Amino acid sequence: MRKKKFDYTGVLSSVFAIVIGLLMGLVILIICNPSQAFPGFITILTGAFTHGAKGVGQVFYYSTTIILTGLSVGFAFKTGLFNIGASGQFIVGGFGAVYVGIMCENLGSMHWIVALLAGVCLGAVWGAVPGLLKAFFNVNEVISAIMMNYIGMYAVNWFVKSYKPIFNNIRNESKPVLSSANIPKMGLDKLFPESSINGGFIIAVLAVIVIYLVLDKTTFGYELKAVGYNRDASRYAGINEKKSIILSMVIAGAIAGLAGACLYLAGTGKHIEIVDVIADEGFTGISVALLGLCHPIGILFSGIFIAYLTAGGFYLQLFEFSTEIIDIIVAIIIYFSAFALIVKMLMQKFGKNRQAAKKQESGPGAEEASQKGGNRA
Amino acid sequence: MSVIYFIFQQTMFFSIPLLIVALGGMYSERSGVVNIALEGIMTMGAFTSILFLNLTGKSMSGQFQLLIAIVIAMATGVVFSLFHAYAAINMKADQTISGTALNMFAPAFAIFVARIIQGVQQIQFSNTFRIESVPVLGSIPVIGDLFFKNTYITTYLGIGILILSVIVLYRTRFGLRLRACGEHPHAADAAGVNVYRMQYAGVMISGALGGLGGLVFVVPTSTNFNATVSGYGFLALAVLIFGQWKPVRIMWASLFFGLTKAIAAAYSGIPFLSNLGIPSYLYKMIPYIATLIVLIFTSRNSQAPRASGVPYDKSAR
Repeated sequence: MRKKKFDYTGVLSSVFAIVIGLLMGLVILIICNPSQAFPGFITILTGAFTHGAKGVGQVFYYSTTIILTGLSVGFAFKTGLFNIGASGQFIVGGFGAVYVGIMCENLGSMHWIVALLAGVCLGAVWGAVPGLLKAFFNVNEVISAIMMNYIGMYAVNWFVKSYKPIFNNIRNESKPVLSSANIPKMGLDKLFPESSINGGFIIAVLAVIVIYLVLDKTTFGYELKAVGYNRDASRYAGINEKKSIILSMVIAGAIAGLAGACLYLAGTGKHIEIVDVIADEGFTGISVALLGLCHPIGILFSGIFIAYLTAGGFYLQLFEFSTEIIDIIVAIIIYFSAFALIVKMLMQKFGKNRQAAKKQESGPGAEEASQKGGNRA
Repeated sequence: MSVIYFIFQQTMFFSIPLLIVALGGMYSERSGVVNIALEGIMTMGAFTSILFLNLTGKSMSGQFQLLIAIVIAMATGVVFSLFHAYAAINMKADQTISGTALNMFAPAFAIFVARIIQGVQQIQFSNTFRIESVPVLGSIPVIGDLFFKNTYITTYLGIGILILSVIVLYRTRFGLRLRACGEHPHAADAAGVNVYRMQYAGVMISGALGGLGGLVFVVPTSTNFNATVSGYGFLALAVLIFGQWKPVRIMWASLFFGLTKAIAAAYSGIPFLSNLGIPSYLYKMIPYIATLIVLIFTSRNSQAPRASGVPYDKSAR
């Protein structure tokens, strides 16, 4: 696992944050109900496996959405933009997918792909607005994205509610999409029988890989990051910084739209509910992105990790703890992941100790760290 | 005329919490710390103070109870914001990360604790704080109807905070130092200002006002608290940027937003607007669309505090 050239500080600070977050969660459980605390805590850690392969499949299913919204936020972060608008792009993308999924009947086996692309395109449009406003009018992307969240939420509710063919007025939500619009299982149902997992997870992993390659291996990605570091210097170096900003937001929006499409085309009984509340998925995406250090691969793992905790938390209700404890734990983890500085200092101290050949200190510590790293993956 | 009074009063219910919270955010950002945790701070402030209203509902009522709740909300906000201050100032952490963590923590904590205490997450309270008409002042024609009828003391508190903020920020030594820390902390440091202390002060004031804003938001518009302030913290952030980090412009921004919100909420009661036949969803979208359009015309010369969001490192050049 240990390669010399990779900088472990970031990963270690995440691991450190996860350990502290889990310990604080345990403390809260003990304060609330000492007798149930330990069984409850073990449920958080292992609850996802309660139903064996099905449980693992559910974790991957749930992680699909938040990996993608996390990737959207993380990608924008890497290019110097704070995409707080993933929620709006998510719901608009979901609407596009549902609309095509219900209305376009004659597409045959291409149906789900077209529906997916409709979601991606609408998400991209929604992301483009803050990008355009920032590039041409210097509008702060945080505030325009917040506005676009509300506009998107109300617009989707309005269209779904007023358009009869896609509105289920008994349950006040969108109708299910046609079965040809459901994302195929791509063999994952054989691997994880009875679970809700579908090809969406593979799509999410592919998106992670594509974004990783674009950001790290292409000139285009380099330009996007350069503009994020310093807009003026990039312009001086001959990069079209307006184009970069717009494209960054378009891509971020497209990924968030893909997240919405993947969720509502999963064929798992998820429909667009007509409630005047901003979709949670976008904000969870911020957490996923931050915990994954905004690196695409990190986001993949942090998305699965948070999905894993959430799945375990679901079973906490057996012990009469409310599932919000998971949100509390994740919040604490994110809070402490911001403390990269402490970890750096500890590591420097650690390194000096090792240089002084104090093996009894560094030995168990390193073993512990790699063990935790294993847990995380 | 009564329609105008009604719209005006509604506008106040929407604008005052935005004004208070955005002014809070202003103190923090002017000291150089971005505070996107306002949403979480509002939630926490509203949670503890509404819980207080709920628990003392049988033995207390009226303005005295509200005043104690205000103090509780502000104290909660200060304590909660200290977490952000510690991460941002002492740990030089990414301020977006710790803010996001606080935003996530607050509603989960509120639901968790409410369930433990009373079994359900909604916290009920009885609203005994509405002032039908302020004695003497309420009987003044027009002005009395506009400002002194069907109101809450929190409205005057908000206006008081605005006036105080203008004075503090531009007319006191503290305000000058605070602004210096947000613009050029090294210069402020060289001039003998304790930058860390000023930033702590900025974040704590934003915590106090954020917590207060949570209470002020919930009390006039609802009779229970369901662990959310409906994104008002983020809207306050938008109002802060819209208002260019200046108190008076923040007031105009929050009034503008509050007015469009009030029209959206009350249009069906206004004959002229309900006769237009515009769908209700469009009215709901108007505040946000209008804000976007106004931003296009006003963002050219954005005047964000220069050092806002950059952790202050004494040893950096």
